Amino acid sequence: MPLDAESQDLFAYTVALADDALVHGQRLAEWVSRAPTLEEELAIANVALDHIGRARMFYARALEISHDGRSEDDLAYGRGADEFANLAIFELPRGDFAVAVARQFLTDAFNVPFLAALTTSRDAGLAAIGAKALKESTYHLRRSRDWVLRLGDGTDESRRRMQGAIDALWGHCAELFEPFAAEQRLIARGVAVDRGALERPWREAIDATLAEATLRVPTTQPAPYRGRLGRHTVHLAPLLADMQALQRTYPGQQW
Amino acid sequence: MSGRIDAVAAARADRLRARREARDPGLWALLDDVLDPEVPVLSLWELGVLQDVYHDDAEVVVVMTPTYSGCPAMEAMEEAVRARLREAGHPNVRIVRRLSPAWTTDWLSGEARRALVAHGIAAPGAVECPQCGSPRVSSISQFGSTACKALYRCDDCGEPFDVFKSH
Repeated sequence: MPLDAESQDLFAYTVALADDALVHGQRLAEWVSRAPTLEEELAIANVALDHIGRARMFYARALEISHDGRSEDDLAYGRGADEFANLAIFELPRGDFAVAVARQFLTDAFNVPFLAALTTSRDAGLAAIGAKALKESTYHLRRSRDWVLRLGDGTDESRRRMQGAIDALWGHCAELFEPFAAEQRLIARGVAVDRGALERPWREAIDATLAEATLRVPTTQPAPYRGRLGRHTVHLAPLLADMQALQRTYPGQQW
Repeated sequence: MSGRIDAVAAARADRLRARREARDPGLWALLDDVLDPEVPVLSLWELGVLQDVYHDDAEVVVVMTPTYSGCPAMEAMEEAVRARLREAGHPNVRIVRRLSPAWTTDWLSGEARRALVAHGIAAPGAVECPQCGSPRVSSISQFGSTACKALYRCDDCGEPFDVFKSH
């Protein structure tokens, strides 16, 4: 049975949120065996697992809506780059440790108010995921913010790298606040979070932390990618090729 | 502060009531044998993961609330629940994951907290060294060996130890 228009919108929205979490989780997982200290290795792996677990919850909710016979694995491993709807900031290359910290901080500071707002969604499934993930993102933000302060207000080298990472990602933050068409319709129905409204408080929180870390707020223009529409950077396809290699080679394979 | 303590007590009382009024106490007793694979001194009930278990026609339905979104032990727990029920003659098991209300360490019972400390893991809340009981401790890392733990060190006896994070 074909889905009604609202269910189609809800499916697209939920999958987009899952894609953000999955791609971020996969980038973080690349740090395993490369982190600067054992404690950071554990921290990054834990955060990566939280994001991948979050992706699974969103995929599972999406599939409850679509009932189309697909599995979480089909969505994660069976779609190409142009079918992924994640925002570009999550797919940009791993970079150095400062890039990992900057990406975590800029997006944690977004995720905390976003998830808090999601807990009041009219979709009970999304509201439950919001409540669960909010606790985790709040905890992640404590660590990522601490690292921004430590590296920013640290040595000349750590400040140079932390500033470079913030500068490199800054142009990709505008996309965090741009709803796509289905999302706009869901905002009107009280189902989706009005992400545009989060920009001002997010920016105030970021400005305060950067100032405390003795870092400059960049003036970079927004980057031209539209991840929600499948218009990605060149970096997503290799990430997916790596992540999907096993399922693409042996479809349906189970551990 | 007392507001929070009341809320914690209420959360625990709700769970106890659910268990006391269980439709099928025998199933509960079976699952008391299933322990958290990563903290093998807590049963899934004590951990707050097991919410309900009951017969539904030919099936046994088990309601579980995951701890952390990315906790890899969840699948091991589900497998262990299935295995325990299969052993006891219940091959048809349906596991329902309940996300709301979200899992919280407020659901740990007093016994569960004491079991953690006896196992060398500090209980959530005001952190005390599980070896010497000192409240003078330092955080080494907010993340530890598993999703549910952080790493601390005792400033008095010098021992590093895991802390079950407040969540």
